[in-house]
Amino acid sequence: MSEQAQARGDFAVELRGITKTFPGVIANHDVNLSVRPGTIHAIVGENGAGKSTLMKTLYGMHQPDEGSITVDGVTRTFRSPTDAIAAGIGMVHQHFMLADNLTITENIILGNEPTTSRGRIDFAAAHARIGALMSTLGVDFDLDAPVSSLGVGQRQRVEILKVLYRGARILILDEPTAVLVPQEVIELFVTLKRLVAEGATVIFISHKLDEVLANCDEITVIRQGTTVAHTSPRETDRRGLAELMVGGDLPDPSGRDTHVRDSVLLEVAAIDVAGTAVGSKLALDQVSLRVRSGEIVGIAGVEGNGQFELCEAILGLVPTVRGSVSMEGRDISHTPTRERINAGLSYIPFDRHREGLLLDAPLWENTFLGREDNRRLTSGLFTRRRAIEADSRAIIDRFGVRTPSEQVPAFALSGGNQQKLVVGREMASDPKVLLAAHPTRGVDVGAQAAIWDELRHARDNGLGVLLVSADLEELIGLSDIILVMYDGRITAQLDPAEATPEMLGTYMTGEVQGARS
Amino acid sequence: MNRQKLQRVLVTSASSVLAIIVALVICAVILLITGKDPVKAYSTLFGAAGETKVLQGMLNRATPLMISAAAVAIGFKMNLFNIGVEGQMRVALLSTAVIGGAVNLPAPLHIAFCFVVAMATGALWSGIAGWLKVKRNVNEVISTIMLNFIALSVVAWSFDTFFRLDKEGESTSLLVKTKDLPRSAWFPDLVDRRLNGMLIVAIVILILFWVLVWKTKFGFQLRASGANSGAARATGVNPKRMIFISMLISGALAGLVGMRALMGDVHAYQNNLAEQQGFNGIAVALLGRNHPVGIFFSALLFGFLGEASGRLQLEDIPKEIVTIMTGIIVLAVVIINEAVKRWDDRRIQRRAAAMVEAAS
Repeated sequence: MSEQAQARGDFAVELRGITKTFPGVIANHDVNLSVRPGTIHAIVGENGAGKSTLMKTLYGMHQPDEGSITVDGVTRTFRSPTDAIAAGIGMVHQHFMLADNLTITENIILGNEPTTSRGRIDFAAAHARIGALMSTLGVDFDLDAPVSSLGVGQRQRVEILKVLYRGARILILDEPTAVLVPQEVIELFVTLKRLVAEGATVIFISHKLDEVLANCDEITVIRQGTTVAHTSPRETDRRGLAELMVGGDLPDPSGRDTHVRDSVLLEVAAIDVAGTAVGSKLALDQVSLRVRSGEIVGIAGVEGNGQFELCEAILGLVPTVRGSVSMEGRDISHTPTRERINAGLSYIPFDRHREGLLLDAPLWENTFLGREDNRRLTSGLFTRRRAIEADSRAIIDRFGVRTPSEQVPAFALSGGNQQKLVVGREMASDPKVLLAAHPTRGVDVGAQAAIWDELRHARDNGLGVLLVSADLEELIGLSDIILVMYDGRITAQLDPAEATPEMLGTYMTGEVQGARS
Repeated sequence: MNRQKLQRVLVTSASSVLAIIVALVICAVILLITGKDPVKAYSTLFGAAGETKVLQGMLNRATPLMISAAAVAIGFKMNLFNIGVEGQMRVALLSTAVIGGAVNLPAPLHIAFCFVVAMATGALWSGIAGWLKVKRNVNEVISTIMLNFIALSVVAWSFDTFFRLDKEGESTSLLVKTKDLPRSAWFPDLVDRRLNGMLIVAIVILILFWVLVWKTKFGFQLRASGANSGAARATGVNPKRMIFISMLISGALAGLVGMRALMGDVHAYQNNLAEQQGFNGIAVALLGRNHPVGIFFSALLFGFLGEASGRLQLEDIPKEIVTIMTGIIVLAVVIINEAVKRWDDRRIQRRAAAMVEAAS
């Protein structure tokens, strides 16, 4: 069928036999994709399956080694995104590329400013054009407001406007819902459907099956770097799609019996943490929580609502204005970070590259990081290289880190293996309390299952875990109790047995601030 | 595993060797353009390597370079660029000449006392930059450059005002100096008037530097802070404390840079003493890739070039060609390092991926 269609040129975008190789990451081989005009076409696959590589190929950010790209029946070579934009392709990035202190108009026209005959920026013309685009999208902004005044969902809408303003008819959205709460996701799809009705084409990259099944017209599944199926919501269901994505064997975060014991390992009592800017409101406002032995306490919330500051305050990296932090009944509010760690506190950081790894250093130095007071690995002031290397090998084996040896620098590993290494290091010192921030973010299914297993196993042995995650299913599946953070406060306490992602979403936007049950 | 290590060493030294070759080629072109014969120039220059006197001079010149390169390198390990070694050295020179000259102690004690004074003054001066960085977030490049100017001026002024020997009386001597250090503070020569014993001190410093940075917990935390301060901070390493301590160590070493000239040669302070040796340490550290072994050989090279450059004048070739060569080496090493690192990173990544692939 596709051959006929190609002959008639009825695809907005067609990729044939795309192959792209990179050292160290799963790239693409023999990728085929046919996107009909006027549809929302989903590309689904696990993290690391090669979705981003594919989209970068289509957007001209790199050139494929083999294969062809056809846009509206014309075969093209994109040497840079400029070429792709010229062909009518636009990309809405996962991380917004907006200048906070410029107005919405200025952001949209940046790089494509209409000018008057005297060489000035023609704001009237810009406003007129953006106005027309806004009515197409069904949104309404005060165009002179600074972007900094907008929420996440609105910023995304501005990104879409920006791409449309540049004349894109084919929009690529890279995991657009990752940063949104469920209500904003619904609004996004309303917008996208209006766009498609106007004749635009949307390529929607996601690994969230429910929203794909509910909103997209066609689906291409990518697994381990290659396209494995082309289907549509009519022909498949959640289970079927998930199995296509992972090739059988679904990991499941759930399956919990309660092992929570009575002893409180970590207690945070009514802490306040100052905001970063002078005079800004508190980053944490009267936050209290308790983690008992054998308990996983989940923290739900849209990123930037105080989760990061909470972990930093527990670690002692930011000072608390009021309140106290104690471990096993001992007040550690004024204890230095290193002593807290030595007392059994561990931390899987939010961003492994920024806070977890020494990318240029060999793995054995990475597994040693933060464990310099371990008697086995050091003697007095000196480090014991052989012991550290042996310990590193043990961590690599236990956590299934795929690497040739412990001498390889950390940057040579794939993201999932880097994360396993970080998790392994933090678990290796047998902590009492673990702060786990997005422990499975950006890792493949196998690594995810392995990390979940480790967390569960350690929990069964009495570890107390504070789990911060944006993956609501992970939160619901693993936690014994879920706290919702909004605007620096804990606004709700939910029982995971009754919570659903939608329900968490309502709490996360701050619309509902349930009393703590 | 040994093979990997050997490869790492080879790749690391390759970029430095390459930089030297590039510099030689470019200088040859410059010589050709100016109508000189590069073959004759280089054979004169490197022909000098056979002479014992030149080799002794090389070691003598390399001594302060090793120390100042170590001072710069410990900063680099922490991602700090201490350009202020020159100023720290200058302050330490005058204070040691004055304070060391004012006491009388038995020889080994007196020498140790002078070292302590030099290190303390150097650390005091670099500590200002460290304090500014930690407390006021002032970039250490800016503050150390400014402190260099201040050091030069303050030292020259106070020397002229308070400490110069021939201030009164018949001051016709061109050699304006402080009072001579007592003999007990003179650092002994290995070869009389040719090679000073400070060379041993410099080598010991390089060894201690290696032990400190690569074998101790402190060194690991220092390198971790330099490699990723966010990650180090998350494990409870206080980045400000590390910055301050490494600035102090760097300054203390900088204080010792001028001691070969002061205690081993002139035995008194004068304004051009040990000039430029603090700045030249930056070049040596860059070429030596901040590693003691690399620093050792780079210091020998620079020492040799400095010593042998005089020979060029006999052949009517300006000895400034050596200064040009030094500059090009530094530029080339920075550029080539980056290129080689990118190439090597890709190579390592590919190999790791291939080996993982093969294992599964």
